[in-house]
Amino acid sequence: MMTTTHKVIVLAAMGTLLTACERPPIETEQSGYRGTAMVDVSNPRAPEAEQGYPAALPAAPASGPKAGEVYQNVQVLGDLSVAQFTRLMTSMTAWVSPEQGCNYCHNPANLASDDVYTKVVSRRMIEMTQHINESWSDHVGGNGVNCYTCHRGNNVPEYIWFSEGMSAFGNLNFAGWRDGQNMPNAMVGYTSLPSDAYTDFLTKTEGNAPIRLASAEAFSGPELGLSIKDAEYTYGLMTSWSQSLGVNCTFCHNTRAFQNWEQSTPQRITAHHGLNMVRDLNANYLIPLGPEYPENRLGEELGDAPKAYCATCHQGVNKPLGGADAVSAYPSLGAAP
Amino acid sequence: MATYQNIFNRVQVHGEADMGVPLPEGIWDRTKARFSRLLGIFGEAQVGPTYLGTTGLLSLLFGIAAFEIIGLNMWASVGWDPVQFFRLLPWLALEPPGPEWGLRIPPLNQGGWWLLAGAFLTLSIMLWWVRMYRRATELGLGTHVAWAFASAIWLYLVLGFIRPVLMGSWSEAVPFGIFPHLDWTTAFSLRYGNLLYNPFHMLSITFLYGSVLLFAMHGATIIASGNYGSHREIEQIVDRGTAAERGALFWRWTMGFNATFESIHRWAWWFAVLTTLTGGIGILLTGTVVDNWYQWGLEHGFVPVYPDQSSGVDPGAAP
Repeated sequence: MMTTTHKVIVLAAMGTLLTACERPPIETEQSGYRGTAMVDVSNPRAPEAEQGYPAALPAAPASGPKAGEVYQNVQVLGDLSVAQFTRLMTSMTAWVSPEQGCNYCHNPANLASDDVYTKVVSRRMIEMTQHINESWSDHVGGNGVNCYTCHRGNNVPEYIWFSEGMSAFGNLNFAGWRDGQNMPNAMVGYTSLPSDAYTDFLTKTEGNAPIRLASAEAFSGPELGLSIKDAEYTYGLMTSWSQSLGVNCTFCHNTRAFQNWEQSTPQRITAHHGLNMVRDLNANYLIPLGPEYPENRLGEELGDAPKAYCATCHQGVNKPLGGADAVSAYPSLGAAP
Repeated sequence: MATYQNIFNRVQVHGEADMGVPLPEGIWDRTKARFSRLLGIFGEAQVGPTYLGTTGLLSLLFGIAAFEIIGLNMWASVGWDPVQFFRLLPWLALEPPGPEWGLRIPPLNQGGWWLLAGAFLTLSIMLWWVRMYRRATELGLGTHVAWAFASAIWLYLVLGFIRPVLMGSWSEAVPFGIFPHLDWTTAFSLRYGNLLYNPFHMLSITFLYGSVLLFAMHGATIIASGNYGSHREIEQIVDRGTAAERGALFWRWTMGFNATFESIHRWAWWFAVLTTLTGGIGILLTGTVVDNWYQWGLEHGFVPVYPDQSSGVDPGAAP
């Protein structure tokens, strides 16, 4: 017979097993044709995601001398009036270094100096923001982005990634090889999938590893040449994507035919442009900044520059900051053409 | 007596151990029989006699070798930390070689251990099959259990050996690990355009769930007619009694048809055997013959077509 102690132990064990689960009820909303199980799942008790941007400062007059004429070493934003320039600098301080203030990027003895590495990085980040708003409206729409979209008041955005080196391959002496997978990792939703599902897919504008797995035809022969291990990398990337946006697979796909565009939702097209945007930003802005950073900002294992992925802006919601307008108050950060 | 027929037997009565029918001496001694009160709660309290024999002993040794290779590799992958080994066990695995090795033999720590563990496990399973076949014939039984086991071995061999050889790469095989083999399964389906449209996968699932259903129906029928003597199931196969007749009538009333006390066991055996037999065929055809099961289903007219939901244009396609 089971004693009371036994029963308590069994119940406690069952309770512990369930602690990682979210309790029902979960809300679902149909998003596709009936019978396809296309629903968006959400937990109504989840903490509310951050909505909207901090209030913009009052607009500054465009009249008066230009910043590029008054100040030295103004390589970007030189066309702004001094008042507009100061307004943007003040806003950037609130977005990126609210605690350290101006001196996080500037040498207080000489504000024009490029001595502080963060000033060099910031300049490139301003160019990157302008580039996103001007060239990637396919992904960011008219709402655009500004520094706060990623930084949220932090010096370094919370969601960045570094390449994994041989550490992802386990014990390399005699036994214990992991082949880049089989270890719970937050980047791939604590699955046993390959944990660096980014380096091969997100670092170049051309010549990345193929993401698309399934053959176009029922009988297409071996020309595709992708192995099950390749499939695990795509699966890892997609899991990360889903986590970054806080959505499930059916947000973009009809899961009976993942590869099929005709059955996918319009969101998949937006996501496709996002993929190419992240590749562009990593390859042309973030990775080339590597030599500027001090050692503590680089990847511990490989010394690579911090890079972006979906979560860098999205931070767990499908529209960053509730899809709020980021640019109309700051026209100098660029706008869709 | 009624309490004795429950799953949890509260009454356990036994005398001398039943040592079975007299048989010619094997080369090994049979073990002695013991009684376990705990096992008696669930079924027969007598444990043994067992007969290990040459094939049994070799099977156990190869099986232990495979188990150790897998377990020690998992332990090594967390730097021999015993706490992390238990904490992370569901995530750990012994991985097959990478695709760059094809069917060549890689170094031990890049898939070589996987090949060795797989070879030992296969030997162990094969030897156990021989043992099962031999024990059955020694006892004058049919070899149905051995052939049912062979069906499961077929699926195991297709997944880990036959299909990888046909595909020309060990990397196509399944890792030894709890979560990793599940992630492998999903990746396999993603790579080949959704395994659920593979008709042999459909058959396999049908037989799998069918086996479960038949088992539940049969178990329920026998227990439910226990009052009329259905526990003497074997006698009622040849000499039908009221229990068999009532059970049969029950199914004719409820679904119009009944299996007999004998044929229900053939039904169950074939359902179980066909589960892995059809499953193995389905895996074998995937990637070797059919590359995209969803497209195959479309061509064969069993995939429903839904109204388009988007423009349907692949933005990555060349203009």
